[in-house]
Amino acid sequence: MTYSFPEEVLEHVFSFLTSQNDRNAASLVCRTWYEMERWCRKRIFVGNCYAVNPRVLIRRFPEVKAVELKGKPHFADFNLVPEGWGGFVYPWIVEFARVYPWLEEIRLKRMVVTDECLEIVSKAFRNFKVLILSSCEGFSTDGLAAVAANCRNLRVLDLRECEVEELSGHWLSHFPDSFTSLESLNIACLSLEVSFSALERLVSRSPNLKTLRLNRTVPLEKISKLLQRAPQLADFGTGAYSAEIRPDVYSSLQEAFSGCKKLKSLSGFWDVVPAYLPAVFSVCSQLTYLNLSYATTQSPDLIKVISQCHNLQRLVVLDYIEDMGLDTVAVTCKDLRELVVFPSDPFVADANVLLTEEGLVSVSQGCSKLQSVLYFCRQMSNSALISISKNRPNLTCFRLCILEPRAPDYLTFEPLDVGFGSIVENCKELTRLSMSGLLTDRVFEYIGKHAKKLDMLSVAFAGDSDLGLHHVLSGCESLRKLEIRDCPFGDKALLANASKLLTMRSLWMSSCFVSFGACKLLGQKMPGLNVEVIDERENLNLLPENAPVEKVYIYRTVSGQRLDMPDFVRIMGKDKNGVYNLSLCDKGL
Amino acid sequence: MDHKKTTLDLFNNVDLATELTLGLPGTDNQPEIIKSSLSGNKRTSSEMGSSTCTDENESRFSPPTKEQVVGWPPVRSYRKNILQVKKTESEMGSGMYVKVSMDGAPYLRKLDLKMYQSYEELMKGLQVMFKCIIGLYFEREGYNGSQHVPTYEDKDGDWMLVGDVPWEMFISSCKRLRIMKSCEARGLGDC
Repeated sequence: MTYSFPEEVLEHVFSFLTSQNDRNAASLVCRTWYEMERWCRKRIFVGNCYAVNPRVLIRRFPEVKAVELKGKPHFADFNLVPEGWGGFVYPWIVEFARVYPWLEEIRLKRMVVTDECLEIVSKAFRNFKVLILSSCEGFSTDGLAAVAANCRNLRVLDLRECEVEELSGHWLSHFPDSFTSLESLNIACLSLEVSFSALERLVSRSPNLKTLRLNRTVPLEKISKLLQRAPQLADFGTGAYSAEIRPDVYSSLQEAFSGCKKLKSLSGFWDVVPAYLPAVFSVCSQLTYLNLSYATTQSPDLIKVISQCHNLQRLVVLDYIEDMGLDTVAVTCKDLRELVVFPSDPFVADANVLLTEEGLVSVSQGCSKLQSVLYFCRQMSNSALISISKNRPNLTCFRLCILEPRAPDYLTFEPLDVGFGSIVENCKELTRLSMSGLLTDRVFEYIGKHAKKLDMLSVAFAGDSDLGLHHVLSGCESLRKLEIRDCPFGDKALLANASKLLTMRSLWMSSCFVSFGACKLLGQKMPGLNVEVIDERENLNLLPENAPVEKVYIYRTVSGQRLDMPDFVRIMGKDKNGVYNLSLCDKGL
Repeated sequence: MDHKKTTLDLFNNVDLATELTLGLPGTDNQPEIIKSSLSGNKRTSSEMGSSTCTDENESRFSPPTKEQVVGWPPVRSYRKNILQVKKTESEMGSGMYVKVSMDGAPYLRKLDLKMYQSYEELMKGLQVMFKCIIGLYFEREGYNGSQHVPTYEDKDGDWMLVGDVPWEMFISSCKRLRIMKSCEARGLGDC
């Protein structure tokens, strides 16, 4: 017996499917559902811009309103991906401009965005609303000026940690007087001064403004004016938080903050002068997010602020907070979900602050909702890791960076295998793990055995042999992203687990022992993968088969060869046309 | 236990001689797999110049000092820069270096007032630098009990006795220091 819903009903039902995974699953049910779903999918997420090409995307999904693309691999954040590698968004923008005139939202991460791209965006999409550029580069303030001048309905302009060529601060003044739809503006990563009066006028005529993150150049004395114009702000980032100590400045600042009844997120605080910190006390109990990671001030000052943040859910701070400050967090911030502690002086071997593993253990004890940790420190022990894992079995993201590579348990001098093993064994919902310290193949055995929900694993200076890599590739059923640097992993495990790589988004291996020959072989045998050898040495073609490559980046793709590679990137084992993969494309997959 | 054994067997039984070989058939081109030189290792990274590395690997794997390891620790560059700027700024002292002369000493010295938090510390520093004894400060009488008296030139060009004004005010107005002989300081003729 067959039955089918009328199209309108199906479409209505699908409108409740918001997750892309759910929509993908629905589209596999039958041809009708596939057709129905593809016509009404509005939001697209492409986790690796080279996994699929724009033509394939637009052919399948004709009615897209929002696109999210990611480009470079994560290790690009740490300068491991050479300049010019790729992640160019231009070809995508050109296709979108041609086919999606009603596109409203573009979110890009680690992509190269040129001014020309921004100009096209500003002119091609009549109803463009949201532009979020995260860790992107390649554009200048001219591109921003085009967006400001032309996007009549813009709601969100969010430049997160981008590298912008700053020609002038004048771009902000390009928002026309008639422009009143702004809801979110984040310019924290810019270093040039923008015209304050233009900023003030912009804020004044934006009644829906909820997020405003200023850059360092906006002086403390002027913040009160902005806050007075936008008391409805939910998310505010200060500029440089320093000024001569003047009672009038202080009191207007304090008054302005206390007028912000809806403020939940606070950040900025460059060059902080501690005397001005109490001006934020009135909003502390409202805060769910506090970022003090630019506040280079000592623990007692930080504690004075944090001890009032009873509703804090996410805290980002420098290691100036010290163990003592983290004890305060453990006692005060009972709703804490995420803790990030960055190092203040990462290149100095000796500790400049009293931050140890104790602080993290303390927070893991006191904050029962803690799920996500990013912690930089100088010492760790297995017993601390075991405690943390037993205190917080609900951890989903655990990223620990012990500054010295291969540092052992500082108490016993043993590897930290058992400690991290305990983490993966007790924290059954762990989806992301970054490890550091002295680690042998043992830890990988534990990970392969227990980390069944692990989605992303980052490894550095760890392991003894290919067995380590094999444990991970063969055991971690949910693994999608694996990034490895400076580990003695070679060809054996990689080749033995070649098919696993088709179930993953990507694998990065740099400064390991993967040979040129193995890369070639893998590329030849696995047409569904791009095996990119990234190697800046000259005469790569003369490299012997058994010589290790500098870096290899392997990802599944239906797109075949990419055509924008610099000369230090080679896709192994494919002919120039990538014929096999193009035929897959024609089948509409 | 059985599961573990099976996994290992699978791994060990991968027949690299058939489908997935490296290099041309008939050649024996297995790369060296670096084994337990790194396991159970209590050595710090600076000692890790493993001799089992091949020549090609050596230069990459002879461990650089911490500063030279690219991308380690994994901190974004804009985050590194901000703290560097802060350090540089404090090192430069933003104008807190002042010349210090001592009567009878052949050459002048320079001193960073930001290194000190109080008059006591400054006196100690001066005493160490010039190997002199400055003595105690009394509000009414100035410096007693020594041959040397610290004075400074303020923003207005006047020579003042060190210690009269609060420390914060002093460091913001002090342009240079002079350690005078105490008899001169009191305007007495005989020394």
